[in-house]
Amino acid sequence: MTKISMNVNGKAVSRDVPDETLLSDYLREHLRLTGTHVGCDTSQCGACVVHVNGRAVKSCSALAASLEGAEVTTIEGIAQNGELHPMQQAFTDHHGLQCGFCTPGMIMTGVDMVNRYKAEGRDLTTDAIRHELEGNICRCTGYHNIVRAVEDAAAKM
Amino acid sequence: MSTGIGARVKRKEDKRFITGKGKYTDDVRSENQAYAAFVRSPHAHAKIKGIDKSAALAMEGVIDVLDGHQLTGDGIGNIICGWAITSKDGSAMNMGAWSALATEKVRYVGDAAAVVIAETQALARIAAEAVEVDYEVLPAVSNAKKALADGAPEIHDNAPGNLIYDWEIGEEAATDAALSEAAHVTEMEITNNRLSPNPMEPRSAVATYDAAEEHYTLYTTSQNPHVARLVLSAFYQVAPEHKLRVIAPDVGGGFGSKIYIYPEEITCLWASMKTNRSVKWTSDRSEAFITDAHGRDHISTAKMGFDADGRITGFKVDTIANFGAYMSLFSSAVPTYLYATLLSGQYDIQNIHCNVRAVYTNTVPVDAYRGAGRPEACYLIERMMETAAREMGKDPSELRRANFVREFPHQTPVIMAYDAGDFDANLDQAREAADVAGFPARKEEAAKRGKLRGLGYSSYIEACGIAPSAAVGSLGAGVGLWESAEVRVNPVGTIEILTGSHSHGQGHETTFAQIVAERFSIPIENVSIVHGDTDKVQFGMGTYGSRSGAVGMSAIVKAMDKVEAKVRKIAAHVLEASEDDIVIEGGEVKVKGTDKAMGWHEVGLSAYTAHNLPPDMEPGLKESAFYDPANFTFPAGAYICEVEVDPETGVTEIVRFTASDDFGTIINPMIVEGQVHGGIAQGIGQAMLEQVVYDDDGQLITGSYMDYTMPRAADLPFYDVHHASTICPNNPLGMKGCGEAGAIGSPPAVINAITDAIGSNTLAMPATPHAVWSALQAAQ
Repeated sequence: MTKISMNVNGKAVSRDVPDETLLSDYLREHLRLTGTHVGCDTSQCGACVVHVNGRAVKSCSALAASLEGAEVTTIEGIAQNGELHPMQQAFTDHHGLQCGFCTPGMIMTGVDMVNRYKAEGRDLTTDAIRHELEGNICRCTGYHNIVRAVEDAAAKM
Repeated sequence: MSTGIGARVKRKEDKRFITGKGKYTDDVRSENQAYAAFVRSPHAHAKIKGIDKSAALAMEGVIDVLDGHQLTGDGIGNIICGWAITSKDGSAMNMGAWSALATEKVRYVGDAAAVVIAETQALARIAAEAVEVDYEVLPAVSNAKKALADGAPEIHDNAPGNLIYDWEIGEEAATDAALSEAAHVTEMEITNNRLSPNPMEPRSAVATYDAAEEHYTLYTTSQNPHVARLVLSAFYQVAPEHKLRVIAPDVGGGFGSKIYIYPEEITCLWASMKTNRSVKWTSDRSEAFITDAHGRDHISTAKMGFDADGRITGFKVDTIANFGAYMSLFSSAVPTYLYATLLSGQYDIQNIHCNVRAVYTNTVPVDAYRGAGRPEACYLIERMMETAAREMGKDPSELRRANFVREFPHQTPVIMAYDAGDFDANLDQAREAADVAGFPARKEEAAKRGKLRGLGYSSYIEACGIAPSAAVGSLGAGVGLWESAEVRVNPVGTIEILTGSHSHGQGHETTFAQIVAERFSIPIENVSIVHGDTDKVQFGMGTYGSRSGAVGMSAIVKAMDKVEAKVRKIAAHVLEASEDDIVIEGGEVKVKGTDKAMGWHEVGLSAYTAHNLPPDMEPGLKESAFYDPANFTFPAGAYICEVEVDPETGVTEIVRFTASDDFGTIINPMIVEGQVHGGIAQGIGQAMLEQVVYDDDGQLITGSYMDYTMPRAADLPFYDVHHASTICPNNPLGMKGCGEAGAIGSPPAVINAITDAIGSNTLAMPATPHAVWSALQAAQ
């Protein structure tokens, strides 16, 4: 067992966990933040994406023990003062979700992609959005409305 | 803004999903939770000679290791297929025994021989590795044709030659005669590729036994929790129905694969009783590939005959359907009553005959996957039509028009009676939206860039709203396929709708609320939908086959009719008017042509205070209804796909995808379009990317997302979706269903487009770059 401390969604947290604990398990099982989902075991589906120190990370592929002291943001942490994040708002506005299981990862990936493109001054075209979604699989929507949602949120972020 | 029928209302359920507050089965954790891990066969076919549990049992934190002999010894029954199909010689189908934990033999890679219950999930999985099963490996077969061949390994003792049934529909002699006299006969061998459904949420179960009450609670990823409870009780003998509560909370997609009651749920319930612990199991993706029912996997030969004018004179089909190692819950119905009954397509065909042989193989069980039989039928017909048009030098859309059914009702020779439709309208709308007239110029322009451009059609029809209970009963179904609903008006006028339908992405919390808010003229926020819990909803048949609108909503309408009748009586009594003069509008219940009115909430309050009700009226305002459909519904449409192929690499891009659907009445176009998008994406996945591959020994080659190609965003286009609707005459809202159309209609449109582009008709799904390139090379 190892004591792992992090800052998750702006709060300092600390838990004793088995050494092999993945970040996804640390969040889901130890902090009971169950908005982060696990949809595969080969790091392909992206349902588990969270932000670690400001970058999108697949939490199913990161050991919690390697993230001592990290700043972690999950889907539960992006709405501010009861206001939905523009990416969250865009997903509901454009019907970018159906069953909702991939949605937290999609939103976290979407936020990260818009932030990166803005920081680099690059144009986030719909082709670029589709390319950036390579690591996030949705089985319900056919991606049409997800791409539209990210495009809309990018204009508002 | 209107929230009624036809309004693009944003989804009420979204907030919890976009904020991470959805509650899926794996999010449920009981006090003192224990975890299950299954000991799964690495062999496709083997005898179990013995199981040594000692090493696993000795591990700290292992609670128990349980096997199939213990399970059957406790009286847990075999898993059954609930639809009896009779072979053409009158014999019953050969259903092999399927125990939730195997006893004598394992029959596919992944078949479970034992289960470990331990304090943590990680420990359970490690201990499962330590259980030693002594297998005697037997020869295996994974391909359905090979399983029928002489000398193939036999999988079940009571299914000689691995044959489950040999079934037929239609008139063979008349069809043969029509084909022999035809001016032109198109003949094809067509494979419908095997798929893995892959809802993004893996299956999961949390089973808790309460010894004091002798009562079980099961949280599970189910599309039909009441059916699960019925089957778990009546057939698997886990617990009587009143001692078993099944809850399907938020469910992350199903596509058919979460209809069935699998070995894992049964085992977790039983293990919970055995260990007196709450037992939880959550599949990982690799486990899902070897346990979730697969879909499709048909091999067919087909002949379609035409007269000199291009009218179809006869259609003859011979199909072999791979059922995998065991018969899953609805497996038998898929290649028969959900497939062969749709072989008339949108066309007036007088002579049809189809023979279907269902076959055991050493693979994962196969059952309904989005569309279930209808995609296989549609693919066959629409590939045949396009090919026939090319062979006869006719325009493919004109050949279709020459054969369209135009008078309704239309009785096909394969049971179905189409009730409404306008196939020309869908084809016209799709052709215009797809700018078919401009295609030659686009083809020419693409050629200048070295690309091959092709255009393909698909005019699909399907049967939804399954189904009239007496009809399906006469065809062998073990259940009735009605739906139930309860409308509870609270004393303050808010409304709860309890429904037997289950939403796992379809947006019922929004669309069901829309029809209620409109009917009673109240804010949509004042309506909530309750589903997915057998303790709350009395009964229901669940959601599959695009039935929640046509059947589930019809039950709600029927219950609302009863509520309205009582509201009218109460208001007429209180307002001293005639019932016939009562109108419900603007949040009030009024007397027509006067200023006399009660607020909607006042009617509710009157019903519950019961201070001033009509004589003999019971207090309260709550009504329930069961709705049994009068017919199937028949969604139909025309899809047009346009592709560009790079002849150097075979890489194919869908440059345009146009849909014109006839779904009858549409409650929420936003949600309906979303269903079409998702269906088309799955159809394109089948056509171009997805394929479950087994080697000859029954080892699964495509066992993860590293090997099985799920459609990604960059693989897919934006979809151009339109509607040209006729109203379904057989249900109160005129709905037909929209959940499966995209997956049914799109694969032939894609393959017809690619084969048009490359000028070769020899192309099987999935049309990977290698397959397309190879077909192109062979054609040159």
